[in-house]
This record gives sequence, C-alpha cells and structure tokens, in this order.
Amino acid sequence: MPGGGTVRAIKQRISSVENTSKVTHAMELVAASKMRRAQERALSARPYASRMRAVLAQLSGSGTSSNDETMHPLLEQREIKNFALIHITSDRGLAGGLNANMNRASASVTLERQPDVEEVSVLPVGKKGRDFFRRAGFQMLAEFTELGDFPSSSDVLPIAKIVIDDYSQGNLDQVYIGFQTFVNPAVQHPTIRQILPVQPPEDSDDEQVAAVDFIFEPSAEALLDTLLPRYVEMQVLEAILEAQASEQSARMVAMRQATDAAEDMVTELTLTYNKARQEMVTGELLDIVGGKAALEQG
Amino acid sequence: MSLTISIVTADRTVLERDDVTRLVVPGADGQLTLLPGHAPLVVSLAIGEMLVHAANVAEPVAVHGGFLQIVNDEVNVLADAAERVEDIDEERADAARRRAEERIAGRLEDIGEADFDLVRAQLSIQRALLRDRVRQRN
Repeated sequence: MPGGGTVRAIKQRISSVENTSKVTHAMELVAASKMRRAQERALSARPYASRMRAVLAQLSGSGTSSNDETMHPLLEQREIKNFALIHITSDRGLAGGLNANMNRASASVTLERQPDVEEVSVLPVGKKGRDFFRRAGFQMLAEFTELGDFPSSSDVLPIAKIVIDDYSQGNLDQVYIGFQTFVNPAVQHPTIRQILPVQPPEDSDDEQVAAVDFIFEPSAEALLDTLLPRYVEMQVLEAILEAQASEQSARMVAMRQATDAAEDMVTELTLTYNKARQEMVTGELLDIVGGKAALEQG
Repeated sequence: MSLTISIVTADRTVLERDDVTRLVVPGADGQLTLLPGHAPLVVSLAIGEMLVHAANVAEPVAVHGGFLQIVNDEVNVLADAAERVEDIDEERADAARRRAEERIAGRLEDIGEADFDLVRAQLSIQRALLRDRVRQRN
C-alpha cells in the first residue's frame, strides 16, 4: 500500500524530468540556430570549391597531355609506406550516434590499411575522435581540439599545412580525410576521401571548356604550385564545415528526441502519481471509516 | 559584348556581374587588361587592385592574391581574400596598418635572419596600402 513517501517521490521525479526536458529543449533550440549558420557557411563555401575544381581539372588535364611525367610533387603517386587519416569529430557529445559512427568508419579504414603499410597515423580534429584513437593506441601526427563552433579558414589552415609539409618531405605517402557529410538535418553520412596525393577532379560539367587550350601565366607549373596546396586546404575547410553542420543537426535531433522522451515520461509519471494519490486517499478514508465503525460497535 | 565576372573567396561570393566591359587585373607578373573576346587564360594574382569597368563606372576591388581564369568571356576570380570598398572597415584597416608598422619598426634593429613575422608585417602593410588606394578612388 503506497504511503505519502511514494507519492512525494513520484512528484520529485516528475519535477526533475521536467527540468531535464527544459534543458534538452533549450539545447535543441541552440543547436537549431547554430545548424542554420553552419549550413549557410557550408553553402557559401561551395562556389569557391566548385570553381577551384573546374580550374584544377583544366590545369591538370593540360599538363598530363603534354608530358607523362608528374608535373607536381603533390600529384605524385608513391609506394604507400606511411598512411595518415585526418579524423574529424566534435568536441562535445550529446549528438546521438554521430561521433560513434565516425569513429567506427575511421577505425575500419585504419585497420584495413594497417597490414599493407609500415605506419598508420591519425590527425584527430575534435576531442571525441582524439580520445577514441588515443585509447586504441594509434600514433598521432598532431591534434586539434576546441576549434569552436564556427572556425574561420585561418583556423583550419594549420591542419592542411601539417599534412602538406609531411607529404612533401616524404614522411607521409597518402592522406585521407574522414568527416560526417551533411545530407539533411536528419541524415549524416560518414565520408572518407583521399586528399593526398591530390587526385585531380574529373571535369564533368563542361566538356567544351576542358578541350580549350589555355594560356598559363606565369606557367602551368607555377600555377599548380599555388593552386594545389590551396586545393588541399579547401578540402580540409570543406570537410570541417560539413562536419560542423552535421554536428549541430545531429545534436538538434538527439535533443528533440530527448525532449519528447522526457515529455512522455512526465505523462506516464503523472498518471502513476494520480493513481498513487488516489490510493493514498482511499486508504486514509478506509482508516477513518474503519475507525468510526469500530467506535460505534464499541 | 561584355564579360561575366564572379569573384569568390573560400568564405563567400564577393562580386558577381555580367555587364563588365573591361577588367584591369593585378597579375603576378604585372598588370593586365582583359576585354571581351580574350583568349582562354589562367593567371595567378598578386596583392593589388582590380578595376571592374561596367556601366561607365570603374569599381575598384582589393584582391589579396589568388588566381583568375577567363574562358568564353566568363571570368572566375578565386581570391585568397577580396574586398569591395564597402567591405573595408576603416578603423580595422588603420589598426592593422599601425600594428604592422610597429612590428617592422621593432624588427629593423635585428634584421639579418629570415623572419617570418617581418614578412607577415610587410604583407600586412602591402594590404593596408592597397585598401587605402581602393578607398581613395571612390
């Protein structure tokens, strides 16, 4: 038979669940507004990215047709001894399965690579991925955490610089980048792609332009010299912007689910609370009625 | 005949227009002028002023390096950074220039070794001068 204690306990539980739902709802709203901004940034970076791809496709196309030798070190395919993965996750959790999925995707790539190469190293961006690969005992090139919610292009340049320098010096032979692609607010996909050696994009949209004979000033080689590092930088920036939009949207969805779950719980608990309260009242009434009957009999 | 031009940076689209009659560009090897009907060209850009002639007005745009591609009268400028006059924040520009000047003044005594900060400060001055020029033209 429930006493006053049970009723009070249920009431406390209701208010604590209500508080939790207020917090998760606030986090949902914050994530939603950050997601909009992150999405805008990812979108505004797109014209640069697509034009860069088009120019690079033309440049590399014109280069390979004139001679078979590789015209730039960053394009050179070498035997792969040292493999590195830039692994982008978020600093904070509460984003559903986002980081766990990314960690799993990256882990499977690194484990697959390990038997074929001498050394696999990781360059984690974000605490969640760093902690994961540290526990797994992987070699780290460097780590970047606390980039903030909206890192500028100058914040992410060092990441590209590290891998470009290591690649040029021969310390790395292949570099991949792993990040969550933003498909829509409810869907993110772990994506892993190669950034070094640079794979010139296929010129798809404009065959006419690809066939044009360009004049290069100062020279195709000099242009590639400035263009290729920028292309790598751009891909890193693009990946981080995508990852940010994914993080905020995953958090928004996770927090919405948490809020919904809390509200369901409150409804259920209120029901239990009312039942318990009624039982308590009934019990007290029975006591009084029983007592009165006993007195009258006596 | 006119040129269609778009100036983009990694962060944003700076300028887009399709009625450009003449374009003066700060090429890495010197200034060049592009007119409609230009041969396909890819050119790397210096820090300098780009003049966009359209509707009888020449709009100056500060371009901080990058490259430009022209084909079929379509001009794509991929700039490391680019500013139109209204994008230039006077106070910030002046503050950046003062910082750079102080840094250079402080370094002049112990010149000799290659100095990354010095190079950066010099580039910063170069950008400041460019912003001034672009601003005063208007």
